[in-house]
Order: sequence, then structure tokens, then C-alpha cells
Amino acid sequence: MSTQLYDDGPIVHQASFIDGHSVEIPELKILQQDGSTYSGAELPDIDKELALKIYNTLAFHRVLDERMVASQRQGRLSFYMTALGEEAASVGGAAALQPQDMVMTQYREQGVLMFRGFSLENFMNQLFSNEKDLGKGRQMPIHYGSKELNCMTVSSTLATQIPQATGYAYGQKVQGLDAVTLCYFGEGAASEGDFHAGLNMAAVQEAPVIFFCRNNGYAISTPASEQFRGNGIASRGVGYGIKTIRVDGNDILAVLKATQLARAYATTESKPVLIEAMSYRLGAHSTSDDPSGYRTKEEESKWQENDPILRMKNWLLKQEWWDETQELALFERLREEVLAAVKVAEKIGKPHIDTMISDVYDVPPPQLQKQLEEVKAHINKYPEAYPFTAGKF
Amino acid sequence: MAQMNLLHAINNALDIAMADNDRTVCFGEDVGHFGGVFRATSGLQDKYGKTRCFNSPLVEQGIIGFANGLAAQGSVAIAEIQFADYIFPAFDQIVNEAAKFRYRTGNEFDVGKLTIRSPYGGGIAGGLYHSQSPEAYFAHTPGLKVVIPRNPYQAKGLLLASIRDDNPVVFFEPKRLYRASVGEVPEEDYQLPLGKAEVVSTGKDITLLAWGAQMEIIEKAAVMAEDDGISCEIIDLRTILPWDVETISASVLKTGRLLISQEAPLTAGFASEIAATIQNECFLHLESPIARVCGLDTPYPLALEKEYISDHLKVYEAIKNSVNF
Repeated sequence: MSTQLYDDGPIVHQASFIDGHSVEIPELKILQQDGSTYSGAELPDIDKELALKIYNTLAFHRVLDERMVASQRQGRLSFYMTALGEEAASVGGAAALQPQDMVMTQYREQGVLMFRGFSLENFMNQLFSNEKDLGKGRQMPIHYGSKELNCMTVSSTLATQIPQATGYAYGQKVQGLDAVTLCYFGEGAASEGDFHAGLNMAAVQEAPVIFFCRNNGYAISTPASEQFRGNGIASRGVGYGIKTIRVDGNDILAVLKATQLARAYATTESKPVLIEAMSYRLGAHSTSDDPSGYRTKEEESKWQENDPILRMKNWLLKQEWWDETQELALFERLREEVLAAVKVAEKIGKPHIDTMISDVYDVPPPQLQKQLEEVKAHINKYPEAYPFTAGKF
Repeated sequence: MAQMNLLHAINNALDIAMADNDRTVCFGEDVGHFGGVFRATSGLQDKYGKTRCFNSPLVEQGIIGFANGLAAQGSVAIAEIQFADYIFPAFDQIVNEAAKFRYRTGNEFDVGKLTIRSPYGGGIAGGLYHSQSPEAYFAHTPGLKVVIPRNPYQAKGLLLASIRDDNPVVFFEPKRLYRASVGEVPEEDYQLPLGKAEVVSTGKDITLLAWGAQMEIIEKAAVMAEDDGISCEIIDLRTILPWDVETISASVLKTGRLLISQEAPLTAGFASEIAATIQNECFLHLESPIARVCGLDTPYPLALEKEYISDHLKVYEAIKNSVNF
């Protein structure tokens, strides 16, 4: 046991402060917007098959987001959240992992589920809270999750997944698995106490967890300039004694490269890594929000020029792995599939009334059963007031 | 059988749980080499190694957040919060996360393998931040189980049951009894049922109900009442959530009177919930209003602790008032 844990520095005899921005943090960029790579850039492990899987996922993401916002505007869906402009962060991260790795997301990383094969029907059933939703219609739209795909179910509570990811990864380590946990969160969530708790415990307990911060500039309406004063979120990783890297979050190859390196380090050294991906939330926070009240069109259009999907498409065209005919066909097919799936999912019934009390405990205690029977008796008395459930139990 | 105090019984239960399943992990502030500030985890790090029993940094929300993730992964997570008074930074991780994990994921994931241990309650000159009884906060949270033992035998059997129960359990240990309560405890593995109250002794005039360290108090008051010819039925609730309405109702239907004693403040304490439910279940059989003997609606005092807490004399007076109503 030792009580000293700091690195020896020079001894000085005149007081002087260390500047809060003295840590200089490089930003990894591999791919330029025109699809060419920077000279000297070291590419991630990627072949044509992986590249096309990533691109297909990005395209599906863009189409689903567009169609679901439209559905919400038409009143068919209560709520939706896009990841417009920052799809590369989730898809690129997922593409660097193995299927046995756990991913804990915040709520703007549906790209991870898409990459891992969460079906269009699964997305729709969750979005419409119907009886086929894996989450049994209990959480608002976009709270996806799948045990089979090692994607932890999303919760609205911000940053709580960060210390949980540390514990999950520690369990993987104790069990001796070749697996890591990838944990996503935004720069706003990094202000929560759970961020500090999770990173510090990961460093101390040496958990193989990859913390992935999507720094997209906004937490609802609050800009990063009113969220923190340090050098982004990456500077904090250094403070916790965690290996840290900053990447261009709109550069799919940089995200993939950094996450591949992070996974290799986390598994071989069994220690955490922090990735900060610099991006911009091109869409609104959610369908309940209008960004015109807090930011300018000029700012948005500057970032529209950095579209990560277009950037990857340009790279694929240069590689001659893709062409405009395939592009048109892909987007047309995806739009048709999504529209058809909406029409199916919105007609599927609500979850059975018995699911009101299931999964609160492993087995419903007598009090819950009694309360459910009381509700059922009430519904039978006033069936017209409860059309989703009356006559269905 | 061996003579054990309540701490030894807890330590023994943890030892059995760790030997029984090598995916059991114990952690919390000072829990490692030192064995915890009360020594409940004494010797466990030496026996099972630093990977399975370790000190956490000083961050309660981190301890429970970490524990939630560990339990979701399938490990058996036993987290210690050093004093129940310090559990509140972890309130979100307990109330919004652990309690709702299975429900919100549609049973895709759960943290059933989580147990949170924490010393609670007064009587040790601990003042307002080492004496609180926060069970009612957690009893208001569907998805949690809340368990409180009254003696070493109960502590071992209920803790082993809590660790193995497939739901997150908050296990409050009456710290005043850690060394004061000594009794015969089987050395082998055994479990006592959760969600079941225990009728400790039968009687016919009034039902006395409590949990944890208050059990000693009502038993002492019952002896005084017996001298006055009042026959008391004594029940240990043991599990606060979900609680055993049936056993309490059956007793009150028989005695016609109920007194609940708790250390926590009166207003919105768990005694209030019991009173409301039993009033509903036994209305036409009640001979007197349900009595609650509780702490005052103030922070827990230091110099005036004796005056504040529900003791045998306050309970004795309340028994007489109820019977003479």
C-alpha cells in the first residue's frame, strides 16, 4: 500500500499557476470532405465489405431519421430524436467492436443498433410502443435495447450509464472475457456527477471500458461554451489518468481508427480509454425543440458542409467501391422499406394490461396482483373509457 | 451453532456468498484490506483477493452505478454504503436505475444480482448524519426490496436470501446492534424468506409491530405491559418492501389493536403506510386507532437523542393508551 500517487515535478520557489488550458490536445483527422485522405494518414483496418456495411448503415440511419421526423410531424408518432450530422460517431464506434462487446448508449446512437442488425421492425415496434416492442411499450420512442445484440437499453436519465459501463466492464474482466464495454455520452452529460464517478472508478479499478464522448456543441439549447471551461472533455481524461484521444467526429475513418486502437488497448492492458469526437448536432435536440431560438443558420450551414455521410460516400467513390446508380437505388429502397414498416407497426395493438405489473420484480408480489385486479374491474365497469385494453383480458 | 454478534453474522454470510459463487464481488469505501469501518468485510480481501473485495473511491453514486453495471453483466454485486445517511448521492442510481432496470428494458436486462448493504439507525451518539433511518424513501420505489434484520440469526439468513434474490435489495443493518446483539447462529448456509414477517410471540390484546433495532424496544415494552395484564402479539416485519400485509392483517383481526414503532420521523414514515393499509383491511375489527410511536419530525438530535427516539417507555404508554381507548 502506498499513499503517494502523483508524478514528481520540478520543485519551485516562486508561486505560479498552471494554466487551465496548458494541456494541448491533438485532433485526429484522416478523411477530407472531398473523399481524399490526408497525406501521411494511417488508415484503420477496413476492407470493401466493412466499408459498404458501414455506408449502408449510415444511409439507413439518415433515411430512418428523415422519415420518422416526418411521421412525427404528421402526428403518427409522439416523439423522435435524430442524430443528423453525427452518425459517424455511433456507426464508426460500433464498427470497431466485436459482437460480444457491450455498448451502452445515451440516446443519439441508434447507429450502433443498426450496425449490429437491430431490425427495422424492432425499431418501429419500439417507436410505436406496440405489443411487439422488446421494451413492452414502457419507454418513450428511441429507447431501444437488445440483450441479443449486447446493446444496453437506453434510459432517459443522463450519464447514469457511465459508472454502469465501468461496472459492466469490470465484470467482463473478472470473468476473463475477451470483451470490452463501449459507453457513449454527450458533452453535456459529462457535467453530471456520474461522469466523474464512472471515469475515476474505471481508472482506479482498471476496467476495460471505452468512454466515447460525442461533443456535438449543444445540450438542448445550452452551447458548450456555457457547459464547461476546460479544453473540451478530453482534458478531463488526462486528469483521471486515462489514455485519451480526440478525433474529428465527422470523419468515419478517424472514429474507426481511434476506436479500434482503444479496443486493442482496453483488452490487452485491461484499462479504460476516453475518446472525444468533435461534431455538431445538425438537427434539433428532439422533435419537441426548435433550434432557431438559440443558434444561427450560418452556424448550421457551416457544419452542413461537413456531412459525415457525404464524406464517406466521396471516399467510396474514389475507391471505386460505390457509384451514383447504387446510391440512388439504396436510398430509394430504404425510403420504401421505412414507409411500409411504419404502416405495419402503427396498426399493431398496445401491450397487454398484465405487462403493467410484470418486470417490476422477477415475480409480481401479492400487492401488485391485487392492484391489477382492481384496475381490470374498473376497466370492465367503464370499457368505453379504456379502448386499448377493454375486452382484451 | 456458534455465538455470533450481528457483525460476525454479516461477515459470515458474506464469506459464504463469496465462497459459494466466484462471481460474487464485495466493495465500498474502506471495505478492502481494512474490512470496513465496522469490520463487516473483515478478512474477505485476504481470502478472496483484491479483484473480488476492494476499496472504492469515495463516491456513493459511483459505487452504486458501478454495482448496477456489474450486476447487469451477471456478476453478484454486494455494495456497501458506509452509513445510510450517505446513501443519498446514490439515490438516482438506486431509485431511477436499479429499481427500474428490469421494467424499463422489458426484462432484456436486470440488476437482480445487486445487494446494497448499509448500517442505519440511531442509538450510537451519531448525531444527525450517523443515525438516520431512511427506509421509507426506498419503500416508495417499486422494484426494490428493502430488508432489515433484528438479530444475528436473522441477519445472516436474510442477507444470504437478499444476495441470492433475483431483485435489487437494499439491506439496512441496525448498527447499534452490531456488537450489542449476540446470539446462536448456525455456521452452515441458510436463508430466511424475504417478504415474510415473523410472529415473534403470540398475544391477544394488541399487536406490536417493528423492525430492526426497534424490535428490542417493543419486546421490552411488552414485558412491562404483561405485568399490567396486557397480552401483546409481537411481529418483526423484516421486509419493508414488499411487505407482508397478510400476516399483519391476520394478527390485527385477532387482537383488534395495532401499534407500530419506528426510529424514523413520524410523517410519511413506513408506519404511516402500514396504518393506512391495515385500517383498510381491518376497519370493522379495530378497537382503537392504530398507534404510531416514532421519532419527531426533526433531524436526528445528538444531545437529546434519548428524548427523541421511540423507547420502551413511549411504547409502553402507547400500549396502555390503545388498550384503554
